[in-house]
Amino acid sequence: MTSQAFIADEPGRPPALELITLSKTFGGQKALDNAALSVKQGEVHGLLGTNGSGKSTLIKVLAGFHTPDAGSRLLIRGEEYPLPLPPGGARKLGLSFVHQHLGLIPSLSVLENMMLGRLADDQRLLVNWPAERRRCVAAMARYGVEIDPRATVSDLQPVERALLAIVRAVEELNEAEGGVLVLDEPTPFLPRRDVERLFSVVRRVAAEGAGVIFVSHDVDEVMEITNRCTILRDGRVGGVLTTSETSKAEFVERIIGRKLERHMRGAPGNEATLPAARVIGLSGEGVDAVSIDLHRGEVIGLTGLVGSGYANVPYLLFGAKKADAGRFQDAKASSDLTTMTPANAIRRGIALIPGDRANAAAIGTLPITDNVTMPLLGNIFPAYCVARNAMTRLALDLGRRFEVMPNNPLLPMNALSGGNQQKVVLAKWLQTKPSLVLLDEPTQGVDVGARAAVFSQIQAATDEGAMVLCASSDYEQLEQIADRVLIFAHGQIVAELKGAAISKTAIAELCYAHSEAFTTDMEIVL
Amino acid sequence: MSASLKTGVAVRRETGITPVHWAERYGLIVVWAAMFAVFCALRPNTFATWANFSTILGSQAVLVVVALGVIVSLTANDFDLSIANTLTLSSVIVAILNVNVGLPLGIAVAMAMAAGALIGFINGFFIIVFRIHSLIVTLGVGTAIHGIGLWISDSQTVSGINPVLSNYVIVRRLFGVPYIFYYAILLAAIVWYVFEFTALGRRVLFVGRGREVARLSGIHTDRLRWMCLVCSGVFGSLAGVLYAGTQGAADPVSGDSYLLPALAAAFLGSTSILPGRFNPWGTTIAVYFLVTGITGLIFLGFGSFIQDMFYGGALVLAVTLSQLVRGRQEQTF
Repeated sequence: MTSQAFIADEPGRPPALELITLSKTFGGQKALDNAALSVKQGEVHGLLGTNGSGKSTLIKVLAGFHTPDAGSRLLIRGEEYPLPLPPGGARKLGLSFVHQHLGLIPSLSVLENMMLGRLADDQRLLVNWPAERRRCVAAMARYGVEIDPRATVSDLQPVERALLAIVRAVEELNEAEGGVLVLDEPTPFLPRRDVERLFSVVRRVAAEGAGVIFVSHDVDEVMEITNRCTILRDGRVGGVLTTSETSKAEFVERIIGRKLERHMRGAPGNEATLPAARVIGLSGEGVDAVSIDLHRGEVIGLTGLVGSGYANVPYLLFGAKKADAGRFQDAKASSDLTTMTPANAIRRGIALIPGDRANAAAIGTLPITDNVTMPLLGNIFPAYCVARNAMTRLALDLGRRFEVMPNNPLLPMNALSGGNQQKVVLAKWLQTKPSLVLLDEPTQGVDVGARAAVFSQIQAATDEGAMVLCASSDYEQLEQIADRVLIFAHGQIVAELKGAAISKTAIAELCYAHSEAFTTDMEIVL
Repeated sequence: MSASLKTGVAVRRETGITPVHWAERYGLIVVWAAMFAVFCALRPNTFATWANFSTILGSQAVLVVVALGVIVSLTANDFDLSIANTLTLSSVIVAILNVNVGLPLGIAVAMAMAAGALIGFINGFFIIVFRIHSLIVTLGVGTAIHGIGLWISDSQTVSGINPVLSNYVIVRRLFGVPYIFYYAILLAAIVWYVFEFTALGRRVLFVGRGREVARLSGIHTDRLRWMCLVCSGVFGSLAGVLYAGTQGAADPVSGDSYLLPALAAAFLGSTSILPGRFNPWGTTIAVYFLVTGITGLIFLGFGSFIQDMFYGGALVLAVTLSQLVRGRQEQTF
């Protein structure tokens, strides 16, 4: 566990960073309303809040993207600096950022990426590559990271990329003495075990005296890594908590501003009923001869460690990725999955809600109306004369049913928060009354409040008899919504949990147990 | 029910057309009208004549057709840089088949149109099957077509096309304006209808804006992109046939200069009427806006060099404007 020792205020050691009376108004709407943040030197400080709480606005003020309202103040190590920071100003003051998308160029080498920031304003005529390589290795070694500087970034594991981005950011800090490292949701794409590796690097950075701001949705991670936390709600400070003295329930309550509803499900007695549909011998892209029996009204969770293949199952079933073998059978027909296409899948009553919302689920530049009515085009609207008003009315109605905020179908999709975009995507597909709903990480990047809305929509679909397959690395989510959880390792189902046996810890145990058993076997074979 | 009606009203009010939106939508028309008025005032005896207006409307209809072809493929997020070469080749095919080979005009026109469809098909083949960027494929195919045009025409102008073509394109007039203008407007109306009011048009827009989203929504993205490329090829050859009609002859070079003005009109057009989208009315207005500017400047005594400067400058300005309209998002092509 962590050293969650309280870091005392020392008179000779002013906070690494302080924001005081910070406000930011967008078109009359206060995104930040008299917010504050104080990060001590040597502290990992969590910044939590739902989507729209002002978290990202605060980070963008720090990065110099936004000009805050008058009266907002910034102090770094006790010294006041005028806001807004000029371009490049954040860096000069020793603020360094790692954003979710890491800012790496995948086709370049580790070393080139490492030097990206420095080369940007370097006037040297000759780069001494061997010396730079040694320096790169040394920098990584200081944080216990071992990555070949000559490797191409696109060949790295996701966690290695994240580590590279962090070490690079820290390198820039050191040149500025002390400083503040801002980690803006660096973990959502990492499996648990890798998050641990990342955290050990973050702890070392803090131990060297830097302040670390850790922005995250994941309460567990925040509880594990931070010393203190500032919680933002509706642009105000919803509380400054000392992590070691705060329970998880308290965290969640502070974030959403109310008590969390539990969506625990009783397992319907499925054993007795015959499966309504079957996936038989599905193979392709990391999935090896998987068969699944599906029952009406049942939510089946698919999980495992990254690379275990579970995440590809929805895409292979839907024909979004090419399957090498397999059949999908229900009461109506039996389809060959090797020739499945998304259009065929939709005709068979299958809907896919992809994990990559920005690129695969919704078109950000088009209005909500267009996005939400996409599967209906040419079905309920005559193909030769699309009735725009009827579509908008339908979108408005769906928006109300799925609790989209703000419910204005003429807004472009981009104007919505992540959670509300996901509600639109759910509305887009669930309105077609699919018999099988395939979900991939349905609550990724979705705040705690919208999560509950997503869950209740999934429940509503199952109440009407839909079958649901949900691929997720969020064990807690599976515990809340799944009737059965299938655990994958190396492309196959290695364990199954049912009903009351499903718990976060049980899933985690099985995931790790099986992956290790398998690697041991492999070593023996080799 | 009454609740839903109320919300409906609220939505409309919230997103109703504000002065800013209005300026964005109709700004181009206003600037066009102002420019027109200035030229009329400066050159009342030459510019401000019906003969000049009808010449502008008639002679630039070919450009409208090319620009409409350009926006069809651009809506699916593919460039067709071969469209002006398709125009040239088609006009040469009409002339050679009709004059040198002696085929009836109807057959010559049909063959030219088929050539346009074939060029679009070939573009689509390399873009879709081999996943090569449309800029590269259509640039190469266009250059190759240019060579074919020079080859089959022996680099000569072929004149003497059956006058029926010219008759129905440029000679006959309705309200003093040559027929060709109405053809272009009719085509714009068809494109508008398809883009705005059919499921097909919506699907093309989805494919252009979010290819993966469209694919996972069951839309046949490859088929639609291919179809749009064939369509822009056909528009290119239609423009070629009309071009042959305006000239009564065909040469293997001059039509190629339509590419840049068409792109400029397409991007400039995407800043008005339906800001942020390639749209046929905006494009048509942009064509006439650009032509009015050039014609006016020539009447003021500038040499024909002004044409290149104006179109080139307009393309860059138009793309800049369309970027501003789209909120400075990174261009995806």
